[in-house]
Amino acid sequence: MGEAICAAAALVASGDPALVGIVALSLLVSLSAVALATLLGLPLGAALAVARFPGRRPIIVLLNALMGLPPVVVGLVVYLLLSRAGPLGDLGLLFTPGAMVIAQTILILPIIAALCRQAVEDAWVEYQEQLRSLGVEGTRAAFTVLWDIRFSLLTAILAGLGRASAEVGAVMIVGGNIDGVTRVMTTAIALETSKGDLPLALGLGLVLIAVVLALNTAAFLVKEAAQRRYG
Amino acid sequence: MGLIRIILLACIAVNAHAQGYITMASTTSTEQSGLFKHLLPIFEKKTGIQVRVVALGTGQALDMGRRGDADVVFVHARPLEEKFVAEGHGVRRYEVMYNDFVLIGPKSDPAKVAGGNDAVRAFRTIFQKKAPFVSRGDRSGTHFAELELWKAAGIDIEREKGAWYREIGQGMGPALNIAAGMNAYVLADRGTWLSFKNRADLVIAVEGDRRLFNQYGIILVKGSAKRDRAQAFIDWVISREGQQAIAAYRIGGEQLFFPNAGS
Amino acid sequence: MILPLKLEEVSFLQILHPLSLQIEAGPSTIILGANGAGKSVLMRLMHGLLAPSSGKVSWSDADVRRRQAMVFQRPVMLRRSAFQNVRFALEVAGAADADRVAREALAEVGLSHLAHRPARVLSGGEQQRLALARAWALHPEVLFLDEPTASLDPTATREIEAVIRAFDGAGTKIVMATHNLGQARRLGDEVIYLHQGRMVERAPVEKFFAQPATPEAAAFIKGELPWV
Repeated sequence: MGEAICAAAALVASGDPALVGIVALSLLVSLSAVALATLLGLPLGAALAVARFPGRRPIIVLLNALMGLPPVVVGLVVYLLLSRAGPLGDLGLLFTPGAMVIAQTILILPIIAALCRQAVEDAWVEYQEQLRSLGVEGTRAAFTVLWDIRFSLLTAILAGLGRASAEVGAVMIVGGNIDGVTRVMTTAIALETSKGDLPLALGLGLVLIAVVLALNTAAFLVKEAAQRRYG
Repeated sequence: MGLIRIILLACIAVNAHAQGYITMASTTSTEQSGLFKHLLPIFEKKTGIQVRVVALGTGQALDMGRRGDADVVFVHARPLEEKFVAEGHGVRRYEVMYNDFVLIGPKSDPAKVAGGNDAVRAFRTIFQKKAPFVSRGDRSGTHFAELELWKAAGIDIEREKGAWYREIGQGMGPALNIAAGMNAYVLADRGTWLSFKNRADLVIAVEGDRRLFNQYGIILVKGSAKRDRAQAFIDWVISREGQQAIAAYRIGGEQLFFPNAGS
Repeated sequence: MILPLKLEEVSFLQILHPLSLQIEAGPSTIILGANGAGKSVLMRLMHGLLAPSSGKVSWSDADVRRRQAMVFQRPVMLRRSAFQNVRFALEVAGAADADRVAREALAEVGLSHLAHRPARVLSGGEQQRLALARAWALHPEVLFLDEPTASLDPTATREIEAVIRAFDGAGTKIVMATHNLGQARRLGDEVIYLHQGRMVERAPVEKFFAQPATPEAAAFIKGELPWV
């Protein structure tokens, strides 16, 4: 373990361009996936919380279940779609960061949507009557609530970010772990582990944890500041 | 739906700038030996063509070629490669380089095979003594070579394997890790062994047998959309310059791969 | 003019038995009754938040949006400033010159000095005044108030009653539910008394308190709890 901490420190201190590239790519892929999943998932969750239609409850159960989608299964399905032999092969996205973003977006979309649905549904109890009284209904009401609880939604988004930055199955399959092109922190750790360089693997792991911790700290501080400002 | 289309187009646009690359499916052992990190930059500097390596087992690499997801395959299992070309998936097979396999075993040598140079006899002894043995079990070139050795020893390993025979379905690195952890024998390519860092009590038990010869071949995938660039790479690898670059790759002063294109 | 409001044999589940009444313009109407008598349900039926199980609720003009507003016992504010909360309601209604009207509404209830404070950090009484400002900003013809001071202390209650009195004086029709007898006397012109989901009595406020016509109303005024 001590070796690992030394390895991690040496890595970071050296400012090794390969490491910087890997960290940058990890952030680019996971943050892009989080952004996309948020863009799609928040309206989806809000709509599911507020609208009433036949089949609503089975869909909610399904969405909750999809939070546990195995990354490697998502990777496999996306691979089959993007493969040259598959339906979207002509897009030439396989083994590129774009494919990794797509796979991770699919993976974390249910998490963000399901947690958002729960948050909006809970808030809806408080807001609905007053909003209706003011003449705010349907889509507008849903978005008003969504925007009003935006800082609580940060938790859902961070859950998505955590899942995306931690997974290795999906990005390994659709990205191919290509040196310098699609190698991210988790696939690099898997590679070093399989090569037997355990201290380096652990060191990379510590760097990954540190990066995610930094992101979470930033989010927490933003949330606190907002709480003070908006009440 | 329109939103999804826009996002897909954005992803493609981001990738479009990365012109001039080909995708090569190769094996984990070749990549982990470090050969590509040494070899490919030389080619890229000369031609501007980036070679992106997806490292899998030989079987999976050839499958990737069959699906058209790679432009070039570079593996080490001659019968499988020839079948690939015969099936019409590859244009032509070129020999590139060779190295050898080594039988790795624990220092304690439970099957008492260390120091010999007869791989087939060693396999037979391991089978008779039921000494722990780790198999790649992943349709890789190394796995294929291992199966050939069992066959040569007259053992139908599929039927006669027991608890002593551990099939892990993973790459060379994990196989060595597991063998180190279990004090078991394992067939490895010399390249991976030389760069493997977690040796524990493992040493080379048997080497030098002709039957441990390991030939690497490179094939242009028929459906490739980047035929010219892919062929340029193949031409370079078998050219004098490429072959010299391969020979120049060393770990700890030891040469890993021996170029033999055109032989 | 959206008044008079007509309720014809309106009922709601088991809570409100079929009743008919008419709300006219002018005098402030108090809906009086014990907890559980059906006051809140009746208010919501009139405001339009609930649909009756039977019967018909009809205004004199088809388009009543924004011409009648409601203030609840507990106000729900958005996570924005006091000013922005009032402005939000005006925006939704498509009102012109929203900034100026919002400022005026805040001044009307005495909250100008807190205009840019986050609404949710205001005290209970201040938030209720803000709710009144928000409801009144659209200058509705009718203002429904569902037990607006039930959660407030006496000082805040006095402040709210002052605002309501001012709105009443400015010509807004006040319809207020309460179980507070003193408040009913202070603010009301007429009383509609509900008992266990039925409208049992309706009279001008002084007559109601001096000479209740029904035993249930008399008991309520005396302060006795009607046991069901």
